[in-house]
Amino acid sequence: MLCRTANELFWMSRHIERAENTARMLDVTYRMSLLPYEVIEPGLAWAEPWAVPLITSGLATGYYERYPELSAENVLRYTILDATNPSSIFCCLRAARESARSVRGAITSEMYEDLNSAWLEVRGYDYARLEAGGVSEFLEWVKMRSHLFRGVTVGTLLRDEAFHFIRLGTHLERADNTARILDVKYHTLLPSAADVGGAVDYYQWGALLRSVSGFEAYRKIYSDVITPRRVAELLILRDDMPRSLHACMNFIHETLEHLCDEHSREIERAAGELHAKVHYGRTDDIIRFGLHEYLMDFLERISELGDEISQTFLVPEWDSGVWMRLAGRA
Amino acid sequence: MILDLARDLQCSPDPVRPPHKYFVSRSIYDEMRAPDGGIRPPYQAFAGWLDRTPTARIAQKREEAERAFHRVGITFAVYGEESGSERLIPFDLVPRIISGDEWKVLDRGLRQRVQALNAFLHDIYHDQAILKAGIVPAERVLSNAQYRTVMQGMDVPGGIYAHIAGVDLVRAGAGEFYVLEDNLRVPSGVSYMLENRKMMMRLFPELFATQRIRPVQHYPDLLLANLYGLSPAGEERPTVAVLTPGAHNSAYFEHAFLAQQMGVELVEGPDLFVQNDTVYMRTTRGPQRVHVIYRRVDDDFLDPLAFRPDSMLGVPGLFAAYRAGRVTLANAIGTGVADDKSIYPYVPEMIRFYLTEEPVLANVPTYLLHRKEDCDYVLAHLPELVVKETHGAGGYGMLIGPTAAAAELEAFRQRIVAAPDKYIAQPTLALSTCPTFVESGLAPRHVDLRPYVLSGKTVNLVPGGLTRVALREGSLVVNSSQGGGTKDTWVLAN
Repeated sequence: MLCRTANELFWMSRHIERAENTARMLDVTYRMSLLPYEVIEPGLAWAEPWAVPLITSGLATGYYERYPELSAENVLRYTILDATNPSSIFCCLRAARESARSVRGAITSEMYEDLNSAWLEVRGYDYARLEAGGVSEFLEWVKMRSHLFRGVTVGTLLRDEAFHFIRLGTHLERADNTARILDVKYHTLLPSAADVGGAVDYYQWGALLRSVSGFEAYRKIYSDVITPRRVAELLILRDDMPRSLHACMNFIHETLEHLCDEHSREIERAAGELHAKVHYGRTDDIIRFGLHEYLMDFLERISELGDEISQTFLVPEWDSGVWMRLAGRA
Repeated sequence: MILDLARDLQCSPDPVRPPHKYFVSRSIYDEMRAPDGGIRPPYQAFAGWLDRTPTARIAQKREEAERAFHRVGITFAVYGEESGSERLIPFDLVPRIISGDEWKVLDRGLRQRVQALNAFLHDIYHDQAILKAGIVPAERVLSNAQYRTVMQGMDVPGGIYAHIAGVDLVRAGAGEFYVLEDNLRVPSGVSYMLENRKMMMRLFPELFATQRIRPVQHYPDLLLANLYGLSPAGEERPTVAVLTPGAHNSAYFEHAFLAQQMGVELVEGPDLFVQNDTVYMRTTRGPQRVHVIYRRVDDDFLDPLAFRPDSMLGVPGLFAAYRAGRVTLANAIGTGVADDKSIYPYVPEMIRFYLTEEPVLANVPTYLLHRKEDCDYVLAHLPELVVKETHGAGGYGMLIGPTAAAAELEAFRQRIVAAPDKYIAQPTLALSTCPTFVESGLAPRHVDLRPYVLSGKTVNLVPGGLTRVALREGSLVVNSSQGGGTKDTWVLAN
C-alpha cells in the first residue's frame, strides 16, 4: 500500500474516533450540567463542568483565545461547530471525509458513501439548528455515525493493509482518549488521595463511566457501589471492556503483528512492551505508583508509538539512503 | 444554420399522451420524435413506458438520483471557483437511445478512425511518410506546440500511442453523424457513462427487464486488459497504476473510480520515484516497481526534468525511464498533435493514406484560417459560424456566431486577424436534440456523444458512451464546465 494512502486512512479513522469521543464527553458534560453541583475548589477551572471537556482534550487555551468566558453555549459552539478548532466535530468529520476522498480507491464505496453522507449532514448545522434539534440528539447522532462507519468498515472492507491502518488509527485515538478522560476525572472527582478506596459521588462517577459506555459493564461485573479503584481497573486493565486501555492495546499489538516485517521490528517491540504493561498490570500497583503518574506515562508512550508508526509506515524520510538501497533490491 | 426553437416549434401536442407534452422543432433532428410527430423505432418502448409512468413518480426518481449522486460523491471540481468546491454534473433521466444498426456503423467508423490516428502518430515520430507525401503539411505538424520532438525515433509498445481515445460525435439535421473532435490526450467522462448506467438500472429496473440494452459495465475490465498488454518486455505480471494530479483536479472522481474498479493503485506524482530508469511506488513495505502508468496528467506536467520544470505533479526522471522502455505510459507522450483542431481536417485523408479505406464517419467541414481564402470567407460570414481555438478544450475560447452579441463578434474578428493560425471555423451544426426534463417538463435539448475507444493488441469499445446534454434552451455547449448535463446512453441489441 502507498504510504500516502496508509497515512490518510490512519488519520481518517483517528478523526472519526476523535469526533465520537468529543461527542461522548460533551454528552456527559451536558447531562451533568443539568444536575446541581458544588464547586469543590472555587477558582479552579476543572471544577466547572463545562471546563472538563476542554481540559481533557487540551483545548482550554484555544477556547479562551476565542471566548472570554466559560459558558455551555460557547463550549458547544467551539467543540462542535467551530471551523477554526481542528478538533471540533465539524473539523474532524471534514478531515475524515477529505482523507477518504483522497484515497477513495482504497476503501469500499459503501464506506465512502457513509462518511460522505455524514459530512453532508454535519455541514448543514449551525447553533440554532443544534439547539432546536436537541444537543443530546445531535451528540447521539455523531456516536451512531461513528458506530455505523466502523460497522460498514468491518462489514465490507477486505482484511488488507487498509483495514489494519484504519484499525490502528481508531485504537490509538481511543486509548489516548480513555487515558485522558480517566486522568482528568480523577483530578476533578477525588478531593484527596485518601478517598481512592471509598465510594464517591454516584452521579459524577456514573457520568464518567457512561462517557465510555462503561456504566452497565461496571454494574454487571462488580454488582456493587462505584469505587474509583474499580473504575480504574475497568478502564485500564479489563480486556473485555471495549474502550479500556488493555482492549485498545490488544488491537494495536495484534494489528502491528500483521503490518511489521524485518524493517519494522522495533515498533512491534515497543507496542508489545506497552501491551504487556496493561496485560500483566495490577490495580494495586497502579494505585501505589499513582494513577495520574501511570496515565501520564501511558499517554507519553502511546504518543511515541504513534510517532514511530508515522515515521516507519506513513511519512518515512523518502530520500534516505535506506530507501534507495531498498529500491536497488526491489 | 442554427435553429431558433421558439420560432420553429411544431405546436401539436398529441392528445393521447397527456402526461408528458413534448414539442420538437421541425428542422432539427430529434432523437425520439420524427418530424411527423411519430416516435422513432429505438424509442418506441421507452416512449410507451414514459406515457404510462405518472409524472409524480418521475419527479420522485429525479430527486432520488440527485441524492444518490451526492452521497456517492460523483462530483467534479470547478476551476476558478472557491478552491475545493465540488459540483454535481446534472443527470437527466431520459436516455439517449441508439439502434443496433446505427451503432454498427459508428463502431466500425470509430475503430477505423482511431486506428488511422495511431498510425499517423507512429508515422510522424518515425518516417513521416504522410508529410513527405504532402498529404498533411509538414509545418502544421512539426511546428505544432503539441508535437514532442523528444518522441522522435522512440518505439512504444505495439506502436500504439492513443490507448484511450474519446471521440466526440454529433448528429445533424438529416440524422447523419459527424466527428466533432478526437480526444487523444487524457479524455475523461467514462466514469459518468458507467455511473449513469448504474443509476438508471437502480431507478428503473423494469426498463432493462423489458428491453435488450447492451451492457457497458465491463469497460474497466477492458481497460485493465489493455493496460496489462502494454507491459515492458519481459514482465508477465505488470504492476499498473493510475496517475492523478490529485484530489483538486476536476476529474479526480473519475481517476479514483477507475483505479478502484480496476483494482490498481491510484498514485500522485510524489508517490513515485525513479531510480536507475526504473519507476517505484513508495509503499508501506518499501519501494515497489511500477510497469504501466495510466496517466491522467498532461504531457507538460509529467516530468519536471523533461518538460515543465515548475511541475509539482510530475515525477523527476519519468521520461528517462519511459525512453529506456522500463515503464509504459498510456496514453503515450505527444498524442496531442493528432487531436489538434488544425490537424483534424486531415483525418479523412489519413484514413485513406494508412488504411486505404474510405472514411466511415464524416468530418465537419472545417475552415483553416491560416489559408487566406478560408480566412476571408470566415471573416465575411462570422455570424453564421462556430470559431474555435486550435488548442482550446472544454468549450472555452469558442465563438458561436449565431448567438454571439455584436461586441463579441468584433472581439473575435480582431483576434482572428491578429493570429489566424490559432483558429479554425466550422458551420454551426444543428445538433440533434433529445427529450430532457427541465423546469417546465419534457423539452428538446441538444446532445453529443463520446464513445471511448481502447487500442492495444486489439481495438475494443463498449457499445455506448457518454451523452452530454446542453441544459440551457437552444444552447449548443454541452461541456460540464459550462452547465452541461449527462444522460445514460443505450445501444439496443438487434
